[in-house]
Order: sequence, then structure tokens, then C-alpha cells
Amino acid sequence: MNHETSLIFEISKEGKQGFSVPEKHFSDVDLSAEGGSASGGKALVEPGLLRKHAPGLPSVSEPEIVRHFVTLSQKNFSVDTNFYPLGSCTMKYNPKLNEDVARYEGFAKLHPYQPEESIQGGLKLLYELETFLKEITGMDRFTLQPAAGAHGELCGMMLVKAYHDSRKDQKRTQVIVPDSSHGTNPASAALFGFNVVTVKSDERGRVNLAELKKLVGSETACLMLTNPNTLGLFEDEIREIQKVVHDAGGLLYYDGANMNALLGLARPGDMGFDIVHLNLHKTFSTPHGGGGPGSGPVGVKSKLIPFLPVPLIDSRNGKYFLNYDIPQTIGRLRSFYGNVGMHIRAYTYIRRHGREGLNQVSRDAILNANYVKKKVEKHFLVPHEEFCMHEFVAQAVKQNDLGVHATDIAKRLLDFGFHAPTIYFPLIVPEAMMIEPTETESKETLDRFVHAVNMIADEAVDFPDRLKLAPFTLMISRPDDVLAARQPVLTYKDYQSAEHLHSLKPVHGVPVHAE
Amino acid sequence: MNYLPLTEQDRQEMLQEIGVRNFDELIRVIPEKLRLKDLNLPSGTNELDLTRELRELASQNQSTAQVLSFLGGGYYEHFIPSIVNHIISRSEFYTAYTPYQAEASQGTLQTVFEYQSMIAELTGMDISNASNYDGASATAEAALLSLRHTGRNKILIAKTLHPEYRETIKTYCFGLHFEIKEIGCDPQGKLNREDLDRELKEDVASLIVGNPNFFGLVEDYSGVAQKIHNVGALFIMSVNPLSLGLFKSPGEWGADIAVGEGQSLGIPMSLGGPGLGFFAVKRDLLRKIPGRLVGMTKDRNGRRCFALTLQAREQHIRREKAGSNICTNHALLALAACVYMAAMGKEGIRKVAEYNVRSSVYLREQIAKIKGFEIPFKGTIFNEFVVKCTKKSPEEINKKLFAQNIFGGIELGRFYPELKDSLLICTTETKTKAELDRFIDAMRSL
Repeated sequence: MNHETSLIFEISKEGKQGFSVPEKHFSDVDLSAEGGSASGGKALVEPGLLRKHAPGLPSVSEPEIVRHFVTLSQKNFSVDTNFYPLGSCTMKYNPKLNEDVARYEGFAKLHPYQPEESIQGGLKLLYELETFLKEITGMDRFTLQPAAGAHGELCGMMLVKAYHDSRKDQKRTQVIVPDSSHGTNPASAALFGFNVVTVKSDERGRVNLAELKKLVGSETACLMLTNPNTLGLFEDEIREIQKVVHDAGGLLYYDGANMNALLGLARPGDMGFDIVHLNLHKTFSTPHGGGGPGSGPVGVKSKLIPFLPVPLIDSRNGKYFLNYDIPQTIGRLRSFYGNVGMHIRAYTYIRRHGREGLNQVSRDAILNANYVKKKVEKHFLVPHEEFCMHEFVAQAVKQNDLGVHATDIAKRLLDFGFHAPTIYFPLIVPEAMMIEPTETESKETLDRFVHAVNMIADEAVDFPDRLKLAPFTLMISRPDDVLAARQPVLTYKDYQSAEHLHSLKPVHGVPVHAE
Repeated sequence: MNYLPLTEQDRQEMLQEIGVRNFDELIRVIPEKLRLKDLNLPSGTNELDLTRELRELASQNQSTAQVLSFLGGGYYEHFIPSIVNHIISRSEFYTAYTPYQAEASQGTLQTVFEYQSMIAELTGMDISNASNYDGASATAEAALLSLRHTGRNKILIAKTLHPEYRETIKTYCFGLHFEIKEIGCDPQGKLNREDLDRELKEDVASLIVGNPNFFGLVEDYSGVAQKIHNVGALFIMSVNPLSLGLFKSPGEWGADIAVGEGQSLGIPMSLGGPGLGFFAVKRDLLRKIPGRLVGMTKDRNGRRCFALTLQAREQHIRREKAGSNICTNHALLALAACVYMAAMGKEGIRKVAEYNVRSSVYLREQIAKIKGFEIPFKGTIFNEFVVKCTKKSPEEINKKLFAQNIFGGIELGRFYPELKDSLLICTTETKTKAELDRFIDAMRSL
């Protein structure tokens, strides 16, 4: 394996080029010359508009570019190379067929402003995807526009406001979120101007119903909830919760980050949720891409349909069309219609599985999570003694007494070739390690993971100080986060004047330790 | 199902290990009333049959690979070098998560650092984030940043900014008691300076303009930044990054924030998404920028490495106090843009920008000579321009062109009622002179 880690700017050399633009076609057009009537007799390009200095992009040949990026790719853990039990992120396998279909010319080379009659296949796919999502969640209508989960949440908050406004009920300024919620929930509500009120969890790890009853009232706009929640527990009092919120005149918002637990088993629509967002990049297998793109379609019950963003995709006389005629719409949340490339992948995924397959997805996800939970329970505290859904939270509290923290265990797991679980989340659980195996892992992989976790638990007893130095076998050891934040070096130009980094040793690590 | 590795025997063994007799015992917690009997969905389809069906569905579309397209308006048909798709198809990149575990994510982290560096170079700004969703949402986030930063509640938006971006900004500001004022355009299709002077007061948080603007015009913003800064507001430019290979960068115009749609940088159109929102700022806005940032640092052994940094700005730490709610971004498309910019280099990006200008001015000159067409706005253009149709309606023209396998142009009436007689026509390096001549002939014979 190649360990060269030069920046692309450091391998740049004047005179090299990775791509050549054809030059013959319009070489006779002189940009400094005077134009004809269409340019009003002025220079084709006004000289004052030209940039003075070329942008400092690197000059590199094609083979060097390829080696650079392929070498970098090998410095990543990924679902295709490593078990990735990152809680709440649903790091399942991303089927290759999906990637191929999204790249078909008939999909990838469509311009968003083409005439509708030239994109009937694309619109049909989007229309059918919406139909599937409605059935899976029990909602009445979806917009596919939001680009990610948090974007969907923002859309949801706007729908909540539009709904209450339409009823002249304008004093509803509060959004209630559980203390175990994803960080995006309160951030989305606050971004849109709502006051965020936190409801505590009870000793069973669920929304504290008695406390919720005290919090709701005439100012309650909405309750945002994930079910199963971030502890991996099903909110079994959801029907009571929805009644409390609805009786107070509020709405219920479902954060679909954990929908992978419920396919074919239960539906947020039946639980009483009014608005739902789905993360296609979680439950519906579109790849995470190192951070994105995702897609966060939002589904609603009929009373909220009038406010959905434009355009919706509808059909009339067998023709599909983009419907902008939605008088009470909140508007649009982005350009065009959504992350269609992701919609194509999710559609393909749903069609491959079908109804039985999707149901098996959730059953295996739940089975895998409970299996791993059972096998790590003897070394790690699992706060709630009951079966989990698709994920669970373990706590490194016994290890804490030895001076070992969740982060040390997470880092040590990397040495075994396993990506770390989500750590220190949910915030209410000390030393949390949130483990979500997903359904696309074999029993053998889970057994190896469990073996590694339990071995690390033994190491925590025998060599606690050593564990704090993990990982040992990766390209780098733990980064100095304090230095990174105190003296931010965010570009190559910053680096050129960051003398404190110039004397650093080059990286020549050893390959990632094979399992 | 081929994607599920557990065998029936595995499942039985695992249930036994857990200590239950059957799966249903695991989900007893779901109240019986909520348990779903069955999903009303089609049965699963094997890969071979599904491939056949989806190829057929794709063929019901007429793509720009088959039809000669002159559509632009924020999304563009550009040539994508082969290496871009090969690199972003490395599954070590596309099946990884956000690089929270730095030791296991140095590949992604370094590419983001390089992307941030290149975007900063191209835009002439100091700092770029790791990406936003798209041009429209990035521009809306820039508007919100300016409102937060100045503590004011009014923004000015050029009417020539992409109409869908303006709509998005309005949606983002809905219910927030912010005032949005549109600044019209002058007879040349450019920012109306008198309008600006009249509206620019000490209560303004920012001015947002597009460059090139929606009519394809590259504008002269001399003196604008100064005026805006004089009242303590921010200058936000939403730009086409490819045009910056040739034209002055937002940094050179004195902008405080540069945002825009990065789809031109090696990303397929895919019916409008996923594209790439980029977001770059001057250094004094560092702690206000939304989204993720990657910084260089050193590891415990004194080796150079990369990590997510300044995370205290973000939602997973600050929750309701975060400046933005963004979490998932468009990282893989940022990688595509990074590879594209590396392949182009400083020479290539200028040449491809020049090709766009040369071919579009050629096309504009030729169309101007045809009876029934006029060029209302005569300024410098990058790769698109407005054509006024004096004899036939834009709708009729487009229908006739489509019959000849040509996507003519965007009918501007859908966005600007006062321009209902006009088309926005775009051409890029994907078109040869012969193809432009075919289009010109078709326009002539209408």
C-alpha cells in the first residue's frame, strides 16, 4: 500500500495538466475584439471584468491525480471495507445496482428545465417513489424536495407554522423535544424561530408522560419525536403521547432517522404523527458519501397537504407533471425538485426488496442489534433491561472507574478493523456507545465484533493506560483537536503560513490491521 | 434477498442465544394495535428483471445525450472528465460516513481540506466550508448569516438573482419577521444602481447578487462593496464557479460571502440534484460559517493529519443555539468538484471558461442576425444570454425546435412576466461549432 500523503498542491508542477479543453472550435473568436450588434459594438469581454490573478489550483497530470485520490481513499474506513456499527446512522450496505441505475444516461443527463413530455420516465419514478413512501409510513402525501434529514426537519417546522397560522392560532411558539433527541431537532426548530422546550426522559428511557402533560398547552406548536428513540427503545406510550399533544392543539413530528426498525412492522402515520421525514441515506440505502448527499422527503397527513413545498409531482390523464398550483404552499426549499439521483437509488432499493424484503430488513436489523447487545452485556452496562429495536446504547461506566472512557474503547476498536460506534450520544447517557449493526451484516462479522469488544473490556482492566493511546495500527494516532481549533489551518494557503506545522513528520504508517 | 446475509439457521441460533423462542417476542413492546399486518407494496424483483424495467423507464426520457440542449439557468451541461466518476465511485469514499473518527477517515478529511483550499482560491475568499446542499439553500443560509451577524432584519436581493434562489430565501425567512426588498434591473439587465442607492440604509443586513446574473450577464461591481460596507452591511455574491476561471472573483469585488451552485464542476445534472452548494467567507466570519470545516493539525506522534474542527458552532454540540441546523451535506459532490478542479488546474479552468464565452458570443452574434430575434441585453456574458422573440412566441419556438430534437431555451415568462417574449439560451464546451450552426439554421427556418 502506498502511504504518500502529500497534498495535491505539493505534487503540483507548472506545465502539467490533467485535462485538455478542445481549442479548435472557436479559436477565431477574439475575446478582446469588438463584438457585432449583439455586443453593442463593445469588446466581447470588458477587460475590467477579468480576474487579475489565476486561481491557485494545482497543475497535475491525470495518472498523478488518480494515484493521489485512490491512495487517499485507502485511508478511509467504509461500509464496503469495514463493519460500521455507527448508532443512528444506519450504515447498511449500499447496493451496486442502485449506483448503476442512477448513472443511466436517461436519468443522469436530464436537465431540470426540460419539457415535461421529455422526462415522463423520471417523473413516473418519483411519483411511484412517493406512493411507496406513503404506504411505508402511513402518510397521505410526500414532498421529495428536502436534501437531507435536517432540511426535512426545517420543512416540517415551516409546515407546522403554516398550519397554525392558517387557523389564526398564532401564539404557538413552542416546540417540545425530548432530552434524548438528535441535535438537529432543536437546531431546526430554533433556526425557524421556535422556542425549544425539552421534555425529560423517564427511568424507562421514554418520554416522561407526566412531565409532557405539564409542558403542553396553548403555546405548543409541535412535539418532535424519534421512534424508536435514540436509546433504541420503542416509545410504547406513543398513542397516549399523541393524544396529549393533539388535545392541546399541537402537532406531532416524526424524525425518521430510526425508521430502519419499523419497515412493515409499524407506521408513524398509524401512531398519530402528522409530519414525517425519512432519511433515504439511512433506511433506503443511498450511500452516505463521506457526509452526503442525502435526501429527506417529508410526508404529511391530509390536513397539511395544502402547505407542502412546490412543486409536487402529480398525474393527469396518464401524464406526469410538476404541480406548482398550491396556493397555500410554504414555497420552495431549494432549487428544482430534490436530490433525484438519491430518489432513483431509493426507488431501486425498494423495488429490489418488495414488501417481504423490506419487512425482513427490519426484522434482521432488530435481531442483529439484540444479538450484539446480549453478547456485550456482561462487560458493558446496558441501561435498560429489555429488548432493543434496531440499535442500543451501552455504557463504558465500569471502565470509567479504571480511567478508561468510551472514546478509548471506540479508538481501540479501529485497530481491530471495526468502525467505532457513535459515542457520547445521546447526551443524557454518560459514556454512551450507541451500536447499530444493521441487517446487512453476517452473524460471523457480529461474532468477531463482539469478540473484539470483549477483548477490549479485558484490556481496560489489564492495561488501562495503554488503551488511552489507541489506535496503534492506523496511519495516524489521535489528532490534536485543541491545536486544530486554536490555530485553524483550513486551506493550503493557511498551511503555507502556518509555521508550527511545517516541521511535522511525514506520515508513513502501517496498513490498517486486518481483522 | 441477496443483501441479507443471515440464514434461517443463523436467525434461529441468534434467537436462542438471546433467549427467546421467536422474533415476535423481541418486538412485544410495540402495542398490538399499532402492529402492521402487511405492506401494500409490490413483491421484490430480481436484479435482472429490475435492470430491464429500469432501463426501459430511463428510455422513456429524452436526455441531453440524445437531444441538442441549450438549457441553462442555474444547471448546466458540461463535460465531465472520466476520472471524476472513477474517483467518486471508489467505495472507500462513497460508503463512508461523516469523518467523525479522524483516524479512520484521513482520506475523506484530506480531500475536504483540498476542496476547501480550491474553493477559497477560485472565489478569492479565505475560508470555505465542506459544502451545503445546493446553490439555493447555500444562498439562503448566507442571507441568514448576514441577519445574525449584523443583528438587522432587512436584506436586499437583486431581482436578477436566480428566481428559485429568491424563492428559497423567502421560504427560509418565512415567519421570521425579516424584510426582503428586491432591487430591480436597469435597461441593460444589470443591477439598478439608483434602486440600490435608494434602499441601502443602515437597517440593511446584506445585498445578495448573482454573477453571472440570471440573464447570463457578468456584471461590473466596482464600488458596490464599498457602498455596502459603508452602511455596515455584508456583500453576498452567488456565483457560477466555472466562470471564475476567467472572470473576477467575489474576493476581488470585495464580497464578504461567496456562495453558489457547484454543479458546473464535474457533477451530472440528474434532473436537478444532487448538486453542490458551496459557501466561502472572509476570515472575520470564520465563527459564523455554517456546516463542517476540516483543519490540519498534528497527531500524538507529531505527524501531519486532518480533523473536523470548530465543531462548537454545529448542531450536534450546540443544539438549539447552533447558527445552522445542517448536518448531512453534499460531501461526495464536493469530492467530485475537487477532482474536477485538480484535473482542470489553473490553465484548464481558464480555457474551459474561455470556450464557454467564445461559443456563447458566437451564438449570440449569429442569432442577432436572424429576423425575429433581438438581443435586449448586450453586456459581457459567460455562457448564456437573453433572446427577445419578436415574431413568434417562445413557447411556439421551443415546440418547433423540440420537433427537430433541440431543447431551445428557458421561457423567461415563467419567472419574469415582463419578459414573456424572451428565451434564455445557453451553450457550453459540450457543443461544437457544427452543432451551434445546426441550431442557428433551425432558428432561421422557424
